[in-house]
Amino acid sequence: MDMKVAKKLGLKERYTMMTRDLAWDTTFQPMDKVFPQVGYEGIKIHDWDKWEDPFRLTMDAYWKYQAEKERKLYAILDAFNQNNGHLSVTDARYINVLKLFLGSTPPLELMAARGFSMVARQMVGAGPRVACMMQSVDEYRHFQTQIHSISNYNRFYNGLDEFAHQQSRMWYLSDGKSFFDDAITAGPFEFMVAIGFAFEYVLTNILFVPFISGAAYNGDMAAMTVGFSAQSDEARHMTLGLECIKFMLEQDPDNLPIVQRWIDKWTWRGTRKLASVGMMMDYMLPKRIMSFKEAWEIYFEQNGTALFTDLARYGIKVPKCFEQTIEEKEHITHQSWIGFYMKPDATPFHTWMPQPEELDWLSEKYPNTFDKYYRPVYEYWIEQEKAGNRFNNKTQPMNCQVCVSTIKFNEPGDPMEMCFRETEYKGEKFHFCSDHCKEIFEDEPEKYVQTFISSHAALQGKCEPEGTDVNAHDYRPGARMHAYWRMDKRASGDFNGSEDQKNFAKWRAQATRN
Amino acid sequence: MTQLKTLAPYDFPSSDAVDNYAGRQLLYINWERHRMFSRPFVLALPPETLFGEIIDTHMTDCFSYHPDWAQIDWSAVQWLNGSRPVVLDRNKSLADNGIGHKDLIRFITPGLDGIAGSGY
Repeated sequence: MDMKVAKKLGLKERYTMMTRDLAWDTTFQPMDKVFPQVGYEGIKIHDWDKWEDPFRLTMDAYWKYQAEKERKLYAILDAFNQNNGHLSVTDARYINVLKLFLGSTPPLELMAARGFSMVARQMVGAGPRVACMMQSVDEYRHFQTQIHSISNYNRFYNGLDEFAHQQSRMWYLSDGKSFFDDAITAGPFEFMVAIGFAFEYVLTNILFVPFISGAAYNGDMAAMTVGFSAQSDEARHMTLGLECIKFMLEQDPDNLPIVQRWIDKWTWRGTRKLASVGMMMDYMLPKRIMSFKEAWEIYFEQNGTALFTDLARYGIKVPKCFEQTIEEKEHITHQSWIGFYMKPDATPFHTWMPQPEELDWLSEKYPNTFDKYYRPVYEYWIEQEKAGNRFNNKTQPMNCQVCVSTIKFNEPGDPMEMCFRETEYKGEKFHFCSDHCKEIFEDEPEKYVQTFISSHAALQGKCEPEGTDVNAHDYRPGARMHAYWRMDKRASGDFNGSEDQKNFAKWRAQATRN
Repeated sequence: MTQLKTLAPYDFPSSDAVDNYAGRQLLYINWERHRMFSRPFVLALPPETLFGEIIDTHMTDCFSYHPDWAQIDWSAVQWLNGSRPVVLDRNKSLADNGIGHKDLIRFITPGLDGIAGSGY
């Protein structure tokens, strides 16, 4: 008797059966009550079936691929640890990149995981639901692998252990937290533009160059592998973000102005967030890959121009901030480093003045600005440090009400002047770092009046460590911020003279001589 | 006009309303063309604080690290509240100088443009 063997399903059929065929329209409750969030932002969707699934990946295949990636990743991490890989990095200053990058990123990955799982619940179409669910799991994986990467270094170096506590409390982490809080409290479509498109598509390369290439250039195979393992997911994320943009624009012409406003807003918010990433590239990697300016030209100006040329057929224009970011690429990393250098007691990572050849590298990479505006103050500080008078500013910062960066950027067209913008809402004054942040506020003031600004909260007495007696006669709100932040004193201050610097030199010497 | 869209009534207080500061108000200070200090600093002070006290304690503590600080000719200093030029009297209080909650006081020191005239 002949067996009838069913024909093996093709990838496309298999994908259809495992995603779209598993979805159904509800009948006990109307669909708009089951999916309440897809309508209120004003985005009009007429036919969810028109969503093109950019990668036809089913959940079973997803688990298989991801498990394989994890096996490879953890094999390398184990080998790295067994061989004391941390001692093979270029210079102990490099570890401060990890403290800043891995100290701020995992909680944001977790927020992305939450955000995508919320969007996955809200999207009506099965295609975007499955894709968002996978991205949510990816983000959770990145959160975990980054923490494992931290723990390898945490055993040897100071300042890596309180990142979770510090995330929602510390001044310089507020910009990233605010970015994701803003996105996750928006509707599902705005979240997709914010994270899926602006962050993952337009800006992600700038984020990964200093991290992955920076790790590779500086001998950190562990962080490099964590980065590469994540980046293979990013390709999928970028495709999802772009598909969502195109889907919205194809569904209804009324969606265009809404999407354009979100692109303008989130490209700018992302740009502001990347100022500190650029600073890592120019100042914190002992062996540099390229300047932030060069990276911006390749990944934002060139790639971004190509992308927005492609989107022009839908009526999308380049983000409003495009020109300003081109002017700012010459300045923001220097302005950020100055801001961090002057607060050596207020970060759980070290700062330092560049060495003479590093100053020359900066002059070469920033011929229009470095010698004119930044070198003189650095040379002054280097002299001061030699004289035992290292800059240590004790004041609390003024922050932008929207991006929550400290207000430290220059007036467009005048690098010597600080840029200030202000507006009044319900009788209260609000301050901004730029026209773009001011416009974002004025579009939705009800949202941004709630911004958490660390220095303000401290002056209200909301940032006190446990056990503070607020009735004591000498009580001053905000006077015990370091305890509130759980700052490890060994992790702060200048790199020169730090425990990390001494230990690294000692351990490396032990590996090479008796 | 607000672009805010919500599914439910949305009305939350400002995080930094003056009532949150127990009789004090926020004040930001910036020294123009002295960007070594990166950004303005913020203080919370009672409105009856004398403006001179701010110069002599808070501003001096912060800015005296800069070699230009000792060179300032105080009779030539120009003051701004936000972008508006103002005349400030060091013997009057914040309130009497017309300085309110979250005002940004900027001061220009003519002839002093930071280290090597760089604005820093």
